[in-house]
Amino acid sequence: MESSLAIECRGLVKRYGAVTAVDGLDLSVAPAECFGLLGPNGAGKTTTIEILEGLIRPDAGDVTVLGRRWGTHERELRERLGVSLQESRFPEKLTVFEMLRLFRSFYRDGRDPEEALRDLSLEEKRDARVGKLSGGQRQRLAVACALTGNPSILFLDEPTTGLDPQSRHQLWEHILAFRDRGGTVLLTTHYMEEAERLCDRVAIVDHGRIIALGTPAELIGRLHAPHILEFSSNPPASADLVAKIPGAHDPRQRDGLWSVSVESLVEAIPALLSALAAAGARLDSLSTHRAMLEDVFLALTGRELRDE
Amino acid sequence: MSREAAKARAPRRREESGRFHPLTELVRVRILEFVREPEIIFWVFVFPIGMALALGFAFRDKPPEPVSVGITGQARTEVVRQALARSPLLKGRLFASVEEGRVALRTGKIALLIENGAPLVYWYDPTRPDSRLARFEVNEAVQQAAGRGDLVAVRDQLVREKGSRYIDFLLPGLLGLNLLSTSVWGIGYAIVNARIKKTLKLMTATPMRRSDYLLAHVFSRFVLLAVEAAVIIGFGALVFQVPVRGSAAGLVLLCLFCGLSFAGLGLLCGSRVRTLEGVNGLINLILVPMWLFSGVFFSPERFPKMLQPAIQALPLTAANEALRAVMLEGKSLAALPSQLAILGVWGVASFAVALKIFRWQ
Repeated sequence: MESSLAIECRGLVKRYGAVTAVDGLDLSVAPAECFGLLGPNGAGKTTTIEILEGLIRPDAGDVTVLGRRWGTHERELRERLGVSLQESRFPEKLTVFEMLRLFRSFYRDGRDPEEALRDLSLEEKRDARVGKLSGGQRQRLAVACALTGNPSILFLDEPTTGLDPQSRHQLWEHILAFRDRGGTVLLTTHYMEEAERLCDRVAIVDHGRIIALGTPAELIGRLHAPHILEFSSNPPASADLVAKIPGAHDPRQRDGLWSVSVESLVEAIPALLSALAAAGARLDSLSTHRAMLEDVFLALTGRELRDE
Repeated sequence: MSREAAKARAPRRREESGRFHPLTELVRVRILEFVREPEIIFWVFVFPIGMALALGFAFRDKPPEPVSVGITGQARTEVVRQALARSPLLKGRLFASVEEGRVALRTGKIALLIENGAPLVYWYDPTRPDSRLARFEVNEAVQQAAGRGDLVAVRDQLVREKGSRYIDFLLPGLLGLNLLSTSVWGIGYAIVNARIKKTLKLMTATPMRRSDYLLAHVFSRFVLLAVEAAVIIGFGALVFQVPVRGSAAGLVLLCLFCGLSFAGLGLLCGSRVRTLEGVNGLINLILVPMWLFSGVFFSPERFPKMLQPAIQALPLTAANEALRAVMLEGKSLAALPSQLAILGVWGVASFAVALKIFRWQ
């Protein structure tokens, strides 16, 4: 019986010696949804996605993909999934087309390699060796290979890590196009921007557990204050001064730069300026942005995502 | 593509994907990867041919090198020197004292030291074959110079027949060695490399059959091995007139059979190791003893008797014996059951163990 969910797992646990990489994780992904696992390196994202891909066996927990289980329907599932691993490197001496042809041969049903080239804008690189490709082209090739079997679900582990912004945007377009054709996407990332741009829903993972789940907008909405105010001054402001800013939450200081979540910029900024003037301090820098997933992670864990 | 359509997938789709069969594609990319690697071409072709050239010329038909013999002492020096000069196998060197001569003997500069006196004293180490030879040559020359004659008439018949020279012995050995080392390196290294680069893991995430992957390594070896064997045998025949007395079909079959056996060893080497250093060490551990014991450069019968059962059980020993029997003695494969059995057991056992313990991630 086909479940209405594309991916479902309950109580996943995976230990490596004394380290618990995944610690009782539950997840459900709907068909045609782009779902993101977001978290710092070492949070357990890769282990989780590889368990769902059937590459790692969990110590405990239950996984259903397209209503089937890995133990009983592995071959059938493999025909219907596309996988791109973190940091897998293709044989450098083969050409782009040869790789696509090879991957196409593994699937009973799939798309023509020429078509796959066009889909991922790799026509010009058709006969180029993999070793000569740029990082962005290689990632596009990895996604093209994952798509050769016409999968129902596409698994992408850190698809844009190490890419320049332009290549990243280009790859996002291709991933969104797959989802728009009705495909389900499960991806991991430690880029907040990527999660906000691509994902219909995001699970924030930390220490092998999901600590928050929702659409990017919902998660940001859960913050007490939707604006982030950052400033530095000479001499640096004291914690007491910062606490006086109306509607301020989660004040943090790093290298002389203060960062505060506030409910209203219109109220907070004049109050900050007058408090600084009263303390005889000169304002060096002042910037504001709307709260992002990054700030959600910070508020949830007290740690910055990029630290680790 | 909707889920329903995917579910409705039926064997009729087979024909569409028929032009990209996974096993043929895997074999194809293996061969492409191989021929695009210039350093591998060197090891496969240039190395064995260079080796055969160097050793073939080093041991080509030329008079044997004379053995150096030291002479010391005063009395009868002329008689001894004249005696030595008559033998083309001996070269005399004078030493001022016995001590000096013994130093030369110890360091291998001379094979034997003659201390003139009554009696004549021969200093030599009986475990050195050249010293023993020198002992008999010197004594023969000295006794003849002193007037001893032959009691029985003799005549030397020298054998310089093609098929019994050193190069004839060497070339099948080099062929066997090359088939072994390219199989083990080619397969073991490629698998470990794919494991490190995670292409192996990525492929296991596709519907690819794992046996197809391993078989592709074996089959791609067959194709390359045919070229390799043809080049080495052809080179031997053209440059050194090394004979192929058995049937060509038998030789081809034998090379393929060796390749199958050695491919199993290659898979075994690559089955678990996770680093290139690790696979380097493992392959050398397997190859170096066989270089030495399996009769590539000299007959394995030179090793002590107690080692013989182990040496005979090595796959390269069996391969070299079979190759020599077919090339030099013109035997058919039916006459080589034990060698083929040894190769077969190694091939099947290592393939089975490799499959069992293979680490895909």
